[in-house]
Amino acid sequence: MSESIFNLAWLIPLPTLLAFFIIFFTRENKRLSSTVALIGVFVGWLLSWVVAISAFRTPERSLVEPFDLSIPYLPTGASFFTMGVLVDGLTAIMLFMVGIVLAMIFIYSTGYMTFPGFMEELLGKGSLPPFVQAQVEEAKAQNLDPKYSRFFAFISLFATGMLGLVVADNLLMLFIFWEIMGLCSYLLIGFWYNKTYPDPKQITPPKAGLKAFITTRVGDVLLLIGLVYLWLYTGQLNFRELFQPEVLEHLAESVMTLPVIGAVSAAVVISILIFWGSIGKSAQFPLHVWLPDAMEGPTPVSALIHAATMVSAGVYLIARMWPVFNAYEHGANGAAMFVTFIGAFTALFAATIAVAQNDIKRVLAYSTISQLGYMFAALGIGAWVAAIFHLIMHAFFKALLFLGSGSVIHGVEHGHHHAHAHNHDGDDHHKEEEYFDPQDMMNMGGLLRRMPATGWTFIIGGAALSGFPLITAGFWSKDLILAEAWYTGHTLVFWTLAAAALLTAFYTFRQIFLTFFGQPRSEAAAHAPESVKSMTAPLMVLAVFAIAAGWSGIETTWPIVGNVVGNPLGHFMGELAETYGLHYKELPFNPMPVGISVIAALGGIFLAWLVYGRKPLQAGDVDPLRRWLGPVHTVLRNKYYFDELYYFIAVRPVLWLARFAARFDRGVIDAIVNAVGSFGRWLARSLRRFVDEYIIDAAVNGTGLVAHATGSVLRLVQNGQIQQYLLIMLLAVLVLMAAVEFIF
Amino acid sequence: MNFLDNSVLTLITFLPLIGSIVVLLLPKNNEGLIKRFSVLWSLIPLALSVWLAADYFMNYVATGVGGMAYEIRVSWIPSLGVNYHVGADGLSVPLIFLTALLTTLGIYYSTRVIRTRVREFFALFLFLATGMFGVFIALDLVLFYVFWEIGLVPMYFMIGIWGQEKDRPQYAAIKFFLYTLAGSVFMLLAIIGVYLSTGTFDIIDAAAKGVWANMPLYATLSFWAFFVAFAIKVPAWPFHTWLPDAHTAAPTAGSVILAGVLLKLGAYGFLRILMPMFTDSFRQFGWVVALIGVIGIVYGAFVSLAQKDLKRLIAYSSVSHMGYVLLGIGAAAWALNFDPDQGGLFDTAAMALNGATLQMFFHGLITGALFFLVGVIYERAHTRDLAKFGGLSGLTPYFYATMMFAGFASLGLPGLAGFWAEFFTFRGAFGVVPILAVVGVIGIVITAAYILYRIIQNVFLGPYDAKRWTHWTTIEGEHADGPTDMARFEKITLWPLVFFMILFGVLPSLVLVYFNQFAVETLRALF
Repeated sequence: MSESIFNLAWLIPLPTLLAFFIIFFTRENKRLSSTVALIGVFVGWLLSWVVAISAFRTPERSLVEPFDLSIPYLPTGASFFTMGVLVDGLTAIMLFMVGIVLAMIFIYSTGYMTFPGFMEELLGKGSLPPFVQAQVEEAKAQNLDPKYSRFFAFISLFATGMLGLVVADNLLMLFIFWEIMGLCSYLLIGFWYNKTYPDPKQITPPKAGLKAFITTRVGDVLLLIGLVYLWLYTGQLNFRELFQPEVLEHLAESVMTLPVIGAVSAAVVISILIFWGSIGKSAQFPLHVWLPDAMEGPTPVSALIHAATMVSAGVYLIARMWPVFNAYEHGANGAAMFVTFIGAFTALFAATIAVAQNDIKRVLAYSTISQLGYMFAALGIGAWVAAIFHLIMHAFFKALLFLGSGSVIHGVEHGHHHAHAHNHDGDDHHKEEEYFDPQDMMNMGGLLRRMPATGWTFIIGGAALSGFPLITAGFWSKDLILAEAWYTGHTLVFWTLAAAALLTAFYTFRQIFLTFFGQPRSEAAAHAPESVKSMTAPLMVLAVFAIAAGWSGIETTWPIVGNVVGNPLGHFMGELAETYGLHYKELPFNPMPVGISVIAALGGIFLAWLVYGRKPLQAGDVDPLRRWLGPVHTVLRNKYYFDELYYFIAVRPVLWLARFAARFDRGVIDAIVNAVGSFGRWLARSLRRFVDEYIIDAAVNGTGLVAHATGSVLRLVQNGQIQQYLLIMLLAVLVLMAAVEFIF
Repeated sequence: MNFLDNSVLTLITFLPLIGSIVVLLLPKNNEGLIKRFSVLWSLIPLALSVWLAADYFMNYVATGVGGMAYEIRVSWIPSLGVNYHVGADGLSVPLIFLTALLTTLGIYYSTRVIRTRVREFFALFLFLATGMFGVFIALDLVLFYVFWEIGLVPMYFMIGIWGQEKDRPQYAAIKFFLYTLAGSVFMLLAIIGVYLSTGTFDIIDAAAKGVWANMPLYATLSFWAFFVAFAIKVPAWPFHTWLPDAHTAAPTAGSVILAGVLLKLGAYGFLRILMPMFTDSFRQFGWVVALIGVIGIVYGAFVSLAQKDLKRLIAYSSVSHMGYVLLGIGAAAWALNFDPDQGGLFDTAAMALNGATLQMFFHGLITGALFFLVGVIYERAHTRDLAKFGGLSGLTPYFYATMMFAGFASLGLPGLAGFWAEFFTFRGAFGVVPILAVVGVIGIVITAAYILYRIIQNVFLGPYDAKRWTHWTTIEGEHADGPTDMARFEKITLWPLVFFMILFGVLPSLVLVYFNQFAVETLRALF
């Protein structure tokens, strides 16, 4: 029975390929396009859940001997490379999350992708050619984005990428879908390709897309090298075969000699190379710079790609490949240490930046970076189950938060237009309109009253992100990570993550207080309407998951609440971990880490209340943090100046090198070629003159007729054509070679 | 189908020549007839090449027989032992298809944009096809040389006569001609050397007998003589500077053929002649070939990044992409020094070779498409200056979408053809020459930068500003207010290429089976 259900797995990524149907056939009809996309994603969701649930129900099958269906795909010399689908416990858990998040965000997008404000201005300028103008006006009449169909085609293709990545049974196939997601990310970040800002220094959407693609490509290239080496050392990339003990042992024993460092176990080198792929994709330090700017894309994209799925795929990759990371011989595990360090450092580092941001989406972006750091740190210390648990929970509540922020932005933008229209009624000579940023939290305030559904679900998501004790999903997953760190004696990691947890709670509630409480700080916020049902309904569904999903992972060792649900997720993943060579057991309840985690969460919330909740900011007020932190705040607000640093150490040198190479090409290499050419011409001309003057002229002077004939013949030969010189040269060489033959 | 078995290669090669003569006999003023005839006539070799690919697959690939097929050996110059010896194997069959495809598309595209000296243009184009097909089927060195040189002449005239005046077409044409010819001289010398050593001009016989078997010095010298000829044609760094000039000056279809097919002749020479005939030298100097390839990859990518002219940029990107071919070939040759059974080295070498051959094929598709795309915008804007464009994506969505496909295929996005070539090249190279391969991957990142930053960003994204460039015309040359989207004939030209990029991106084995067959046979013989 379940066997035939697992056979559906290879179909999972296919329905969303309706993306191409949209591009080719339904492009012109916007609403039809989104309907087609919804059909695709719903079928994908259904298939995902059918397969996932059937895997949950037959753990003896999905965990012990996972379903793997593959076909020979590429001839590689004398062998074949096979590709196919794998359904094991990890796949099932991912499918469960990805399926529903995709569907919710697709629904939300149908409401969100209305006619954007900046297009209004472009229309006003009248710089568009007539036929484009007509299209945009038509879109405006429908109140839909002019590229509404294209948007749904892109996110459908993205869905294929994510679902394909999850069901892939080998690293190469995973990499292919990984890159397809990267493409979609690029396309969707730069979706509003003609948006500009009055401040020329502010990054525009297409530039943000470019930055994202190039930055992640640096990581991807290293991942590709890791993949190639893994294939070279083990002869395969299929996960199941790769994780055979003898393969891993062979890998660990193989020695790679690196320059400077010396001999290292191949397993460690390959693991670190693979991890760089995740550093890029999951925006970990030092390749984190692209994710905050990726917020230039439409908000559903931020929620889907840059919070719930693609960036989490980096964590999934490491979780999937963990046996390789764990295959080390003696002493300390360099790869795991590296993962832990990057993860823990990023968790705290990004949290500090988030504290000083005013853009509602950028706060969430840094929070995503920080939370992904949590997951990597958890993986690094061996808390594999906790990492996956947090990955799933985070996807739910962060998608919720992003969609909530999108709803807020939408509302404020509408409010702005509303207020703007009113002002115009009264005063026709209104001064040149100042740029209004609908994402700036300083322009918000008091929105809970105007947008109750968005507000309350956002607060639920924020509470989950802060790890509000006992109720929220985020508490259980974060607590598990902290408890594992405590229990395994990673003290430094524990305190780093605890500090990050405190900051997380602080900036999250700073955001909530600034956005939803107090009085509106702008006309726009005062007039913001609640969003449409298609946007608020997904928020409510996700809010349920942001709370209740966490209960499935409450360890049974907890007093009182422990045995209510019975930790089904923990047990399932625990067994899964066993198949990954990890020994999992529930931790004994320890009040210390739990207490610290609770204090961090509540403490952060309390601090935020002290600063922003007790006495809400008024319009024009300066952020009190700025006063208290002084220059530190400036550094944080400027993200530790990493953008500037990278511009100086990477972008500028590359462009300089490019210009230098181009000049070298013209000025040296081509100059040499031209010089050789000129020399040849000079030689030919001189020869000709020599022949003309000294031989032909002399001959003419001597004997008329004969000389004329000779001259004609010679002229034919000496007419400066390289072919004939070469022919003569050739004959000479031939004679020479023949002579050589004779002599030897 | 016995008749075709024997004659298919000859037909494919010489039908265009006959067509060329017919075109010259057609009335000069009836341009419509000349164009229609040329297009229809070019379809015959295309159809035959499809039959060839299908037949070779069924009878030689699927059955595992492999090897040279459709061979004919007829005496040509008996006194010198020169034969008309032709044949095709897993390497040449896909390349013949590529040549036929690009020839047909190039001729079709040219019927709309060539307006001067129409009869000469199409006669030359068909003549050029004969030269290109001939190289891919020749199994006799003299025959190879003759076809090699035949290709030169029509291309010289195409650049010189139909080039844009401001791009110095005469200079570019002569540079292209002399540079290639200079290389050919070395090749001719080496060919004579082969004859002196083995007493035959036959590629297969000579390889079997061993060229300069007891005279390593001569073997090395001959190796380098061939090397220079092929390296100039590829073009390998530092012999590449004719390429940007020739490409920039050539008419669109000329650039397409130049990049799509003529460059592959050089790479083909490496595989058909150097690899089997001078195996020992190649084994010795494999790393040099790989090194030159890597320098080409990285250097070409950096130079591309600094270009301000769209066509020059794509020309330099060819230098970079052909570097992959050399890297793959060099890595495979270097692998011959080691034990093939150790650590799967045989498969690694085969993959390096597969990467190189796939790159030859896919680069033809992708860069062919890119040059057509340059033509699309040049015919409307009459400039290629990247600073003059911006924000076109909303105005010319078809053009934008097609450029995105070609661009992403070029930067090696999985799911499109280019990825597999890059991937296999690096998969092979890392197993043999890891340090070079590590340097080479820098090229992958820079490629993404120049495609996305220089082309996509500069031409298509950002706000459209009508004041930035005002000399737009329609494709027919009438004044227009702004850029117009691709015309139907441009879609008909480009979409087959996009189709193949996607098809081979999803199912690379459709091509790979041929190349893999060739790689396995070649390496079995050489290891």
